[in-house]
Amino acid sequence: MDMAAVLPAHDVAPPRAQAGPWRRALRRLLRRRPAVVGLAVVGLFIALALLAPWIAPHDPVATSWGAIRKAPSVAHWFGTDDIGRDVLSRVIFGTRASLLAGVVSVSISLLLGVPIGLAAGFIGGLVDALISRLTDAFLAVPFLILAIALAAFLGPSLTNAMIAIGVSATPIFVRLTRAQVINVKVEDYVEAARALGNPPWRVAIRHVMPNVTAPLIVQATLAIAAAVIAEASLSFLGLGQQPPEPSWGSMLNTAKNYVDQAPWMAVWPGLAIFLLVLAFNLVGDGLRDALDPRQL
Amino acid sequence: MGEYLVKRLAQMVPTLLFVSILIFGLQQLLPGDPAKILAGEEQDPSVIAHLRVKLHLDEPLPMRYAYWVGGVLKGDFGESVRTQQPVLELVLQKLPVTIQLGTMAFVIALLIGIPTGIVAAVERGTWWDSAANAVALWGISTPNFWLGILLILLFSVQLGWLPASGYVSPFEDLKANLASMIMPAFVLGNALAAVLMRHTRSAMLQVLSSDYVRTARAKGLSERAVVLKHALRNALTPVITLGALELGTLLSGAVLTEQVFTIPGFGKLIVDSVFNRDYAVVQGVVLVTATAYIVLSLLADVAYFIVNPRLQHG
Repeated sequence: MDMAAVLPAHDVAPPRAQAGPWRRALRRLLRRRPAVVGLAVVGLFIALALLAPWIAPHDPVATSWGAIRKAPSVAHWFGTDDIGRDVLSRVIFGTRASLLAGVVSVSISLLLGVPIGLAAGFIGGLVDALISRLTDAFLAVPFLILAIALAAFLGPSLTNAMIAIGVSATPIFVRLTRAQVINVKVEDYVEAARALGNPPWRVAIRHVMPNVTAPLIVQATLAIAAAVIAEASLSFLGLGQQPPEPSWGSMLNTAKNYVDQAPWMAVWPGLAIFLLVLAFNLVGDGLRDALDPRQL
Repeated sequence: MGEYLVKRLAQMVPTLLFVSILIFGLQQLLPGDPAKILAGEEQDPSVIAHLRVKLHLDEPLPMRYAYWVGGVLKGDFGESVRTQQPVLELVLQKLPVTIQLGTMAFVIALLIGIPTGIVAAVERGTWWDSAANAVALWGISTPNFWLGILLILLFSVQLGWLPASGYVSPFEDLKANLASMIMPAFVLGNALAAVLMRHTRSAMLQVLSSDYVRTARAKGLSERAVVLKHALRNALTPVITLGALELGTLLSGAVLTEQVFTIPGFGKLIVDSVFNRDYAVVQGVVLVTATAYIVLSLLADVAYFIVNPRLQHG
């Protein structure tokens, strides 16, 4: 008897990654001290971003001509900048731009890259060849140079910087998804789902996608770290967050002109970028080990 | 070998075609009339009309692309709106500075990345391994423009040993040239060293567990000879090849490093062009970079093919 005639196609039990392996992966992640430290630091920065209006000691854009380039003191823990703004308050508020850029850019990359990679890997043939060559073309242009060019043509703003970073990082997700899908689509359970009459879109979304998410999560975490640096770089060049709104990159751009007179202007925003990027890299490395298929 | 080369060259053609479409497409992102935007603030009607004719703006998009790509194939990348110089000439003028910076950075990255990678692999799981991994994490997490500022603060402002910015041609004064380039090269090499360290560590771990290394040890060779003479030689091939593919990292980093240290190279050219709305130069720089990357990838692949006999017979 034809099984497909008996069972509704969508009722076939898909061998999806179930709660068990994910919970085990989470436990393994939490056993890795560097990853836990990374998670804690990311959590701290998220708290800073959300609570910025309440915890920042001063208005981040308020200038004070009486407090220009003042060294760290009780009134201004991180000192003040070239127009008397409080560096600590600007670092706290700058967290928002960096985190937003990291998360939004990577979401753009995922939203574009995963469906395109899925189509390339699943459909194959001419579609795959076309997408692969297009991906090669994007990857041939260095990430930051492409982001600079896109931001330049779109116009300087935080939104455009996020779009530029997101689009520039998309090919990595296309390539990763495609490679994973090509590996998974020849598995017996995918063949079985197809043989039972599931339409291709359902096979792709319900049977293939859940089994390619682990490497995508790892890559997305590491990509957030890269996006935070990229946003800071674009802002440093004047192509990201526009003044007077605070951003760590633009703070460093100003600070480089006063290295000899006010080094504190450069130390704190740079340290904030370093810590946030390091934290995401630690979490990403931890996730890579925790989600290793040999351990799942 | 010949067949492989032809296949790889054939793959390059569609990639280059898409790269050209991508770069031409950038111009279409400009909001509004490109001629008006390119004409600058003065908005001289004669300049706008001239640009409209020159850029074939009244013609359909595919025709405009054909004109543009036709020019590029003849070496005509357009001209700078600001200096009226041909874009290719400008790029070729700035390129040697960035090549020197990139080469020095690559050497520094090799000098840091490979020894730390070897130590991490040989001393796997020990304090040395953790320290080497920490160096790598530092390298990939530090924004190079921040590192540049910190080094200026230490070596230029505090100690007064090195110039904070500026560039001297090596043909004018080699010593001054090296003094002005050593900090930027270190800053640029720092991130690459981390990548090379990770590649070296994983390649060495793989090689150290292979049969021929076990045989070398069984023969009674010293650990030093096993690691440096037998294992390293094979582990280095993929590392150098992968390292060559990090050209993109170097060029991206060069943009920021040249900005921090005011070095008149390729990276500074693209940033200055962005702010001068000199879009033809931006397009030219991106095109040259992408082409260089594609050619270098081909050379790296061919080199890997040549040194790896298994691929030649496979």
